[in-house]
Amino acid sequence: MTNQFNDLKNADVILIMGGNPAENHPIAMKWIMRAKEERGAKLVVVDPKFTRTAAKADLYVPIRSGTDIVFLGGLIKYIIDNNLYFKDYVLNYTDASFLVDPNFKLPDELDGVFSGYDEKKRAYDKSTWKYQLDENGVPKKDPSLQHPNCVFQLLKRQYSRYTIEAVSNITGAPKDKIEECYKILASTGKPDKVMTECYAMGWTQHTVGTQNVRVFSIIQLLLGNVGMAGGGVNALRGESNVQGATDAGLLFHILTGYNPTPVASDVDLKTYIEKYTPKTKEPKSVNWLSNRPKYIVSYLKALYGDKATKENDFCYSYLPRRDDGQNCSWLMIFDQMYKGKIKGFFAWGQNPACSGANSNKTRKALAKLEWLVCVNLWDNETASFWRGPQMDPKKIKTEVFLLPCASSVEKEGSITNSGRIAQWRYKAVEPYGKSMPDAEIMNELYFRVKKLYEKEKGAFPEPIINLTWNYGETDKNGKIKHIDIHKVAKEINGYFTTDIPEHPVDKKAYKKGQQVPSFVYLRDDGSTACGNWIYSGSYTEAGNMMARRGKEDPTGLALFPNWAWSWPVNRRIIYNRASVDPQGNPWDPKRAVIKWDAANKKWVGDVPDGPAPPLALEGGKLPFIMKPLGVGAIFGPGLADGPFPTHYEPLECPFQENPLYKKHRINPTVKLFDTEEDVFVFCDTRYPYVGTTYRVTEHWQTGVMTRHTDWLRELEPQMFAEIDPVLAKEKGIKSGDKVIVSSARGKLWAIAIVTPRLQPMKVLGQTIHIVGLPWHFGWRFPEDGSGGDSANLLTPTIGDANTMIPESKAFMVNIEKA
Amino acid sequence: MELTRRSFLKLSTGALLLSSIGLNLDPVKAYAAELRTKGAKETTTVCPYCSVGCSIIVSVKDGKVINTEGDPDSPINEGALCPKGASIYQMANNPYRVTQPLYRAPGATQWKKISWEEALDKIAKLVKTTRDKYFITKNDKGQTVNRIDAIAHVGSAALDNEECYLLQKLMRSWGLVYIEHQARI
Repeated sequence: MTNQFNDLKNADVILIMGGNPAENHPIAMKWIMRAKEERGAKLVVVDPKFTRTAAKADLYVPIRSGTDIVFLGGLIKYIIDNNLYFKDYVLNYTDASFLVDPNFKLPDELDGVFSGYDEKKRAYDKSTWKYQLDENGVPKKDPSLQHPNCVFQLLKRQYSRYTIEAVSNITGAPKDKIEECYKILASTGKPDKVMTECYAMGWTQHTVGTQNVRVFSIIQLLLGNVGMAGGGVNALRGESNVQGATDAGLLFHILTGYNPTPVASDVDLKTYIEKYTPKTKEPKSVNWLSNRPKYIVSYLKALYGDKATKENDFCYSYLPRRDDGQNCSWLMIFDQMYKGKIKGFFAWGQNPACSGANSNKTRKALAKLEWLVCVNLWDNETASFWRGPQMDPKKIKTEVFLLPCASSVEKEGSITNSGRIAQWRYKAVEPYGKSMPDAEIMNELYFRVKKLYEKEKGAFPEPIINLTWNYGETDKNGKIKHIDIHKVAKEINGYFTTDIPEHPVDKKAYKKGQQVPSFVYLRDDGSTACGNWIYSGSYTEAGNMMARRGKEDPTGLALFPNWAWSWPVNRRIIYNRASVDPQGNPWDPKRAVIKWDAANKKWVGDVPDGPAPPLALEGGKLPFIMKPLGVGAIFGPGLADGPFPTHYEPLECPFQENPLYKKHRINPTVKLFDTEEDVFVFCDTRYPYVGTTYRVTEHWQTGVMTRHTDWLRELEPQMFAEIDPVLAKEKGIKSGDKVIVSSARGKLWAIAIVTPRLQPMKVLGQTIHIVGLPWHFGWRFPEDGSGGDSANLLTPTIGDANTMIPESKAFMVNIEKA
Repeated sequence: MELTRRSFLKLSTGALLLSSIGLNLDPVKAYAAELRTKGAKETTTVCPYCSVGCSIIVSVKDGKVINTEGDPDSPINEGALCPKGASIYQMANNPYRVTQPLYRAPGATQWKKISWEEALDKIAKLVKTTRDKYFITKNDKGQTVNRIDAIAHVGSAALDNEECYLLQKLMRSWGLVYIEHQARI
């Protein structure tokens, strides 16, 4: 989230699209309702289903799943055509006026692809996706926004065909509702009106998932709603610590703090630093990531301590490197596993047999493993895959371990919520039975593997033997008896590795072993170690900031700066320098996130995005400090599938063609998988209905936690499928009937719920029905099989072109009475 | 008079009516006092479900969680909880949990209980054997890569930050590049 859950109460308009907080983030709804009650805010919900959130909305607009870019592209057109954008913001704080390479072409000019498309590689040569530079190396600009090659005019052309008529045709939303919706959302392009947005997997689980988020980010930049209280673009993340796990780099493409993982051609630290440290010639840009060398060196120091020296490249060679272009994301793991390439596998606190797309492929892949280690509180469909449906245990050679771990009340540590607030949890009771805290399991494995390498040698033992692991007292064998989790938290925060007599930041002396006050103090010479730079400041000499429980609210905006701690540097609203005008005065004085105190030459309010004065003053800086050019990017050349979002149909859709581009039905840059399990269909009478997955309040993810909770299982005992009354009548299905839902990849039974929450839609002259499916169930528990199985048996192996998040929100199914 | 929670609720509803005609409410009051987790140690936790970060008070008596409820001090949830957050009492007291390591040998049709020592030693050996056999020092182009493609890891957004940090540290020290978690799905 750019903002906070509490901050939702500061909004004038709340758009919920791609999420359903009333169901899945119920307490977020508390703040949405407060905005409605206290400010008279308007709640707008755009969703294929009339959700529980929609039930509280001032306006609900139904759309066909997978057409968000069309709907929001139409809003961009509406904003530009009616001159409703926030001109001062757009001119000063975005790239709207920047001129783009004259050879850059839009999809309308090239039958559905941007310039540079290579059909064989299914990828772009991005050489035309760039700004024109002047003699100083900064982008040429046209502040009148009239130049045909400026970003603003390109944006206008890109969405020129997204008329309300076309939007209605493709999305299935009624024209009057579209117009009413656009009017409400576009009303926030004024300094004193703000819109926020909350999304979740409804936006990300599409082959155009990243572009779904981007199209709305462009809108928020046009309307001047980024950085504002009650504004921003807010991902409602699905798990209690999925934010923290991402921050910690538990992903193939990032180390901690979003530093990229190295690839083979990053042959040494110098090459790595040169490649990933952005440079800028824009004098007013902060370009914060120019500090990257400090963060990567401090990370290596945290990993390898005294062994990491300038002379040995700080043990950079110990970091594993992917081949250039080697994608190791979720879908690739199971593809490689299915092909027999992966031999050993850890599923740590996760149940991939039910949670990933195309569960049949996943489950068959597990059977090819030599060994599998599951760490969980409960047995689940992954750990017990070998005795699941269609499995013959006698033929499955996989050796499986199920290690019981402690629950969240049986250990201590921090977790980070969607609003980046890291909060400390305390241990209440001892671990259940013989279960162990996860950190202790890691400690045991660390020690045992290390001992084996010390004793027997083996392949490249250095990174294992030299890894720092100083988290408490050791026993006679040298093993840490118990992990002191505070010591880990302190390493994440960072500490000085040598005495520093006079630190350049504040001219103060720091001692070896002292905690660094914040990432500003990190160095690239080996004098600091820091596990995760964005958490620097979370556990300082002043103590554990994440355990704070202060309730002061000095701004009156519910920022609560003394409640726990949020990254970065306890900033509650990021990009907050965009909430003021170039003189440093808040665009909306009634909701001042920060303001420039001219007399004392400092910012007051939230922790600003850097201490530099406001843009127009001497030494002033541009607000988007993470972007090399300092402005919000409407033109986004970093993405794989185009610098502007454009509509492509889902991999599986009811139509033969993309109504906008005949030659390119689907996203031309998605990776297509090739095993016999990776089948898909479109415009196929065998699977005529649009399937979509979602969650319910009473359950969580694959249901391992909630199915084993009697109170919750009693409330939602089994798999169901929601269909509209018209389809139900056609199929002779009544509520409570057992039905079979099938796709090209699998099938499962469900109990039918016939509901007016879903309605047939008219799309491109056809009637479209949606089948709604929760994905919380699995064969393993309840043990009598009364719960059903995972909706992911139906979903296809296909991912977003940028993130490879599976497209679980739009696929084709059939439904029949059982 | 021994009261169950259910009979207390019945009685208290009735008592509201009865009190208006002057009946003795002492047994109800006594039971209510007993309900207030008297003598229990309170700690706070954060809900393990969605990402809102609701604070929860956990009351412990004799080493057992006896009550969980929304923490009114948290500005994030102001004491409110959803059905999942309100049910973590049953996560803490849960008869279905695995109580000790389980092992399934190749071709076996059942789980077998196994000691931690044995399980961890076996896993460590498997990690080493697989790593040694498939470790890639240099790729086809002759570039140093120092990685293992034959071992993969998924999870975990269910862990604490400190554990996530340790986990990526450990897995990367072994050379893993196939490291993923819930954020990707």
